[in-house]
Amino acid sequence: MNRRKNNGDSHPDMANMLTRIYGFYRDGFREMRVGRTLWAIIIIKLFIMFAILKLFFFRDPLAGKTEAQRADAVIENITNINI
Amino acid sequence: MNDLLQVVDWSRAQFALTAIYHWLFVPLTLGLGILCAVMETIYVRTGNDFWKRTTKFWLRLFGINFAIGVATGIILEFEFGTNWSNYSHFVGDIFGAPLAIEGIMAFFMESTFVAVVFFGWNKVSKGFHLASTWLTAIGANISALWILVANSWMQYPVGCTFNLDTVRNEMTSFWDVLLSPVAVNKFTHTVTSSFVLAAIFVMGVSAWYLLKKRETEMAKKSIMLASAFGLVFSLITALTGDRSGAIVAEVQPMKLAAMEALYDGEEGAELVIAGIMRPEEQRTGNDDAFHFKIAVPKMLSIMSYRDADAYVAGINDLVNGNPEHGIMSAAEKMERGRVAIAELARYRDAKLAGDEETINEIRAEFDPETEEGQEFLSNYFAYFGYGYLNSPEDTVPNVPLLFWMFRIMVGLGTFFVLLCGAMLWAAYKDRLERCPWLLWAAIFSVPLAYLAGQAGWCVAEVGRQPWVIQNLMPTSIAASQIGSGAVITTFFIFLALFSVLLAAELRIMFKQISIGPDKE
Repeated sequence: MNRRKNNGDSHPDMANMLTRIYGFYRDGFREMRVGRTLWAIIIIKLFIMFAILKLFFFRDPLAGKTEAQRADAVIENITNINI
Repeated sequence: MNDLLQVVDWSRAQFALTAIYHWLFVPLTLGLGILCAVMETIYVRTGNDFWKRTTKFWLRLFGINFAIGVATGIILEFEFGTNWSNYSHFVGDIFGAPLAIEGIMAFFMESTFVAVVFFGWNKVSKGFHLASTWLTAIGANISALWILVANSWMQYPVGCTFNLDTVRNEMTSFWDVLLSPVAVNKFTHTVTSSFVLAAIFVMGVSAWYLLKKRETEMAKKSIMLASAFGLVFSLITALTGDRSGAIVAEVQPMKLAAMEALYDGEEGAELVIAGIMRPEEQRTGNDDAFHFKIAVPKMLSIMSYRDADAYVAGINDLVNGNPEHGIMSAAEKMERGRVAIAELARYRDAKLAGDEETINEIRAEFDPETEEGQEFLSNYFAYFGYGYLNSPEDTVPNVPLLFWMFRIMVGLGTFFVLLCGAMLWAAYKDRLERCPWLLWAAIFSVPLAYLAGQAGWCVAEVGRQPWVIQNLMPTSIAASQIGSGAVITTFFIFLALFSVLLAAELRIMFKQISIGPDKE
């Protein structure tokens, strides 16, 4: 009986908790003063870093290779040096 | 070859630029978070709303610094993958594991609790809010731990074995990596020096209020708290710095010799407090390294080995060798390193040719479980990186830069002990407003605290040169074989991006300081 009752109540509890968390963040963002400028800076910064720099400039030369191919590439690089 | 040299130089410049800017934001986050948590603890324990208002003001400045600085370190990870791909592969999970833990810790602890810290006033209980403030501050410091553990491994590679097939160093003991003396000391030294920076920041801002005759109660109490905090941690920073010297003497003797411009090793070595160095080509030994110097006899031996008569190796001993003191020459190490590289090349060729006999022979040499392997690893592979050097002199880092950066760091550190002591005394005696010179000193000390931190990193990282991993991999081999154009372009993009971020931080920070705390 108890189990059935708990199961029945768990969804409203969970929904209530998620609503409260959502409300917590919504109110927090609404009440921000300096924070809005800071969020704008964070978003612009992350956009430049991930959408521009990472995408166009910071490609891993070993990316897309298997572990064995990576090992081959590195052993080639570090042993084919004029000493 | 010329382009590779350009890639190495520009990649180094780019990494240094990124790390310098990143370190402008990090130390304040580490220290101010803890100070805010202490202030909030006083508020919760006393119930005095004055401390709530004070905590909220300093948290606002913490938030500005946190928001602008957050994720600037990710760029360093981009650079590892792109500019330093040989290094990134070679270090394997030893570097990857601490960075991954740092990412998870930073994400879950800081980003979860920082929201409660800023949005949760009057919405969660006092106890939960206080716990969130502490967890945010502790989370930031634990994040720093993992980065510093990874950096320490570069200075002192322990707890690992080299895998011939994957061409990676693989972690054999997590605890050896985490608890190496270099890692433990680097963490305590770096974090406590960050606490000192934050204390000086709080004292400097509060001093400005006192000079402006504004927010006097908050300023005085903040100075009282920050100066006590700063005094304790500046003394701990001095102790950990002293321990650092002894560790460097043990594991990176060339760094110590370069920091001290000690050319000829000696027993009872003196510590040069300050001096005017001769041009490099005129410096061949201790007698002609300086035009003029002020030195404390035997102090370098005491600091390095806790023995006034201990022998401290000099640059010439480490380059040319000194059999009397059991120091192998750099030329001999280069020969041994070349043997290890040649064996690695032979293994590569044997694998391509399917020559099982040679493969097994070389595997035995690199196997730490066998006697033959232990001998080869300690006599040859231990000097692997030396095999790439062109001359023994390549093992010497930039002596004047290290000499002066070390003295700037130590000199400012000593000054901060005195400053914190003087501010604490003046705050305790309620004489702050009668000592405007002391208030101005606190204000001007804020940029000096940043300078001391940067100088410390310069000593640690420039002193490690020519190595990216001490003795195992020189910086020149760590770089990727990519075109220099992209590295040069991104260097200037970073210069612009970080300069804008720094300008934004200063502008918002100055504006908020000017506005002051919320009205009661």
